[in-house]
Amino acid sequence: MSEMVLMKGNEAMSEAAIKCGCRYYFGYPITPQNEIAEYMAARMPQAGGFSLQAESEIAAINMVLGASAAGARVFTSSSSPGISLKTEGISYIAGSDLPCVIANVQRGGPGLGGIQPAQSDYHQATKAMGHGDMRLIVLAPNSVQEIAEHTVLAFDLADLYRTPVMILTDGALGQMMEPVDFGKLKINKPPEKTWAAAGHSDKRPPNIINSLYLDPKDLEAAVLERYKNKYNIIDEKEVRYEEFDTEDADIVIVSYGIVSRIAKVAVNMLKDKGVKAGYFRPVTLSPFPSGRLGEIAETAKRFLVSELNMGQMTDDVRLAAGCKKPVDFFGRTGGIITTPEEIYNAAAKVLEE
Amino acid sequence: MPENKIKTYSIIAAGFGGQGVQFIGKQLALTGMYLDKKVSCIPSYGAEMRGGTSNCTVIISDGDMGSPVTDNPDILIAMNLPSYLKFHKTIAKDGCLICNSSLVSEKSEREDINKYYIPATDLSYEHNVPMNVIMLGKLISATGIFTFDEFAASLEKSLPESKKRLLDMNIKALKLGFDYADSE
Repeated sequence: MSEMVLMKGNEAMSEAAIKCGCRYYFGYPITPQNEIAEYMAARMPQAGGFSLQAESEIAAINMVLGASAAGARVFTSSSSPGISLKTEGISYIAGSDLPCVIANVQRGGPGLGGIQPAQSDYHQATKAMGHGDMRLIVLAPNSVQEIAEHTVLAFDLADLYRTPVMILTDGALGQMMEPVDFGKLKINKPPEKTWAAAGHSDKRPPNIINSLYLDPKDLEAAVLERYKNKYNIIDEKEVRYEEFDTEDADIVIVSYGIVSRIAKVAVNMLKDKGVKAGYFRPVTLSPFPSGRLGEIAETAKRFLVSELNMGQMTDDVRLAAGCKKPVDFFGRTGGIITTPEEIYNAAAKVLEE
Repeated sequence: MPENKIKTYSIIAAGFGGQGVQFIGKQLALTGMYLDKKVSCIPSYGAEMRGGTSNCTVIISDGDMGSPVTDNPDILIAMNLPSYLKFHKTIAKDGCLICNSSLVSEKSEREDINKYYIPATDLSYEHNVPMNVIMLGKLISATGIFTFDEFAASLEKSLPESKKRLLDMNIKALKLGFDYADSE
């Protein structure tokens, strides 16, 4: 018998966070991510950690800022409307060069929207997760096992680059039960945090954690430094993607997260009909695998983007493809999950044109 | 149902909240996992948890796990009339309907699926055993997706120590469904 356990994506994320040394969780309830807070409330005390239901999302994200400033591995989670509330704090965390992990288990929007799965926070997550010249690393797992693995990766990347990292899932991945093997996780010891404001005991100069620069020259220098030593290096080193049969393809279907599972079936359906179909899946949505998509655009004939939104990733694929090849879109939104047949039909339709 | 040909089963279980629909989904996925198959189970969530209709989609595959959702399940477990009406037309050709005839008075007119009717709610009252496990018994005998022994072993394995006393009752329900003669 295997050592697999059957778990929801939300639960696997929580357990993986604890396994890799996260001892602080701050959250506020919202469907469809409540299993995370529930799991943390039960497990954190057993692991010697601390889990708190804050009075609001805004309070929770600022508690994350405080814990991170003190050097802790810290985690918060929410779903779309709650993530919007956290954006101010996320910008402060980015501006203070603090590491943390934020999970967005997306639901349909805008507004309160619905509670069913969606990917309509793509733009928010990859382009505008807060005000100012800032961004996050955004990981988009597509299975419960990968949610666990990406959680560990998220903490490692957050500490390595001192940046917030977002795990972008959705209601389906969060609620879905699949076997997960925690034995496969590669747990690394968190690095020494010499910058943390955790008490200097008169043995070193005080560390100051701050995101306020009243002199524009200082602020510009801080931002330039952050781009040079953080974002540019992340762009260079941390791009992740999966692909098959993209060379010379008649059509490459580009999708991430839960949709990539469905798109893979559609690609195989197209192949059964004799279409040279390829599959491309950005695993990191930020940094986006533009370079590889640009190479694929040299030989592939066209792209079809599929997401659970109105086509938010389409522009990124167009930019990456350098307008060399047509980029079409098919998706469902509002909480409806697309089916393999729908993606297949959308691909067949654009191929006929 | 063409046994042993389908490498991937997609199953939708649907009924009222409280009938044990989510247990059916989780137990099918667990059994598949114990047998080293690829499995996924997506429950419905939200208002269903407080009553109303509830359903879940289970995929069990010998090969690669693809889409965790389906429009056309190979197997439908319909525990009440609204679930039957909502899903029976979506069953894939050569698929299988397992229907709780205690609460579904209608009979499907489809000729391209295998149909099994079992008065599971009545049986559960009569024998004082859980209705959802009776449905599971009928499911495995009708489709051969698992053997009786495989499923019984998974029930035993998944019960926590504190609830082992419930095993006999569940095995009894499983056997009741498994041995129930087909009826139209």
